[in-house]
Amino acid sequence: MSDEIRALTARLADEPTSLAFLELGEALRRRGQYDAAAKVARGGLSRYPGLADAHDLVGRILSDQGDLAGAFDAWADALRLDPMRSSALKGLAFLYFRAGDVPAALEHLARAAEADPDDAAIPAAIARIERQAAGKTPPPEAVHLTAPTVAPQVPSPPQPATAVLTPPPAAIAAPGAPADSPFSDFSDGERGLLLADANGLRLGGTLTAPGGGEAGDRVAAELGGVVREAGRASRLLGLGSWHSIAIETPAAFLVLVPPSGDTVLLASREPSMPLARLGLLAERAARVARRWLERGS
Amino acid sequence: MTPEAMVLDRVTRVPGVRGALLASAGDGLVVAEQLMDGVDGRAAAALAGALVGRLLRTTGAAGLESPLFVHLRAEEGSLLAAPAPNDLVLVAVVGPDANIGLARLEMLDAAGRLG
Repeated sequence: MSDEIRALTARLADEPTSLAFLELGEALRRRGQYDAAAKVARGGLSRYPGLADAHDLVGRILSDQGDLAGAFDAWADALRLDPMRSSALKGLAFLYFRAGDVPAALEHLARAAEADPDDAAIPAAIARIERQAAGKTPPPEAVHLTAPTVAPQVPSPPQPATAVLTPPPAAIAAPGAPADSPFSDFSDGERGLLLADANGLRLGGTLTAPGGGEAGDRVAAELGGVVREAGRASRLLGLGSWHSIAIETPAAFLVLVPPSGDTVLLASREPSMPLARLGLLAERAARVARRWLERGS
Repeated sequence: MTPEAMVLDRVTRVPGVRGALLASAGDGLVVAEQLMDGVDGRAAAALAGALVGRLLRTTGAAGLESPLFVHLRAEEGSLLAAPAPNDLVLVAVVGPDANIGLARLEMLDAAGRLG
């Protein structure tokens, strides 16, 4: 055991409620003691579930362990708590790039650059990805990148990879979805994704009620009123324009995002999907819907 | 300190929370409030009440139960709402750098205690 780890272990033993678990978990991770690092990080996370640093640390450890889907969840949780956390944005960019979703990777790197303008590695990674995207686009399974190290690293030139990424949920094509749908690229087609206009009319997608019936039109009819109330509330409370509404119910999570000024997109999933991840899915669906609307206009 | 004031005190201790209030969900009237200067409690209660009412109808149309927590994220901050028993709704107005995760946990716990 190194002196550093011995000292940090003693400090954490003296003050179990301190934040020393962050340093100890990171030190163990850097030494490749992933199981021990994960145990320390999980212990800290149970005491500080609202601490973005703890989720970020878990994301790095899981990424090193090859559990990239778990790392995705952890970094998404970190971002939910701290939307401008550049390390989590870089980690997610790495995962999106590994999944072959170049636009999402670039978007996360752009946000990371905004959050941390002094990090020169981020623009370099953006340029590298753009160059690669402009040339030949290898299939996702052929893209090998180094996993995040001390802090999640931006995608770097091809390296031997040891881990296999399960693509983020929104990155899988749906062979059965109608071609004229804005959501035909999504994993389970249109189920749980709904696009409505400000007059409460459904533009695309469907929403299945827990009992199995189609609820899209009924919900779309209510969404026009929600958009008006959301705009009114955020404006009159001095909060500016609204970006999203997250709604937690016992049986489902819902996220509303406005792809344009006069449309709203609803994404719904069971609570087993972390709400922050549903938020990412909704944002991606909104980008797709925006392009679909622009093509149609 | 009344139970309502204790609940609001816990929520407003969360970094970035500009104010919290307890309102009647039905008519949007303020029951108790603890707000920073510049936050209009009556407006926040009425606007949050109207939004939560709309969302109740939306989740009902989707065949879902009532919302447990609502987070409206905007350019300059967020509006958080946790419906509570007895037709009450706990509302918080928070800045863009607020710890939303901690505020959510405090509000869900507080809404449960009001039952």
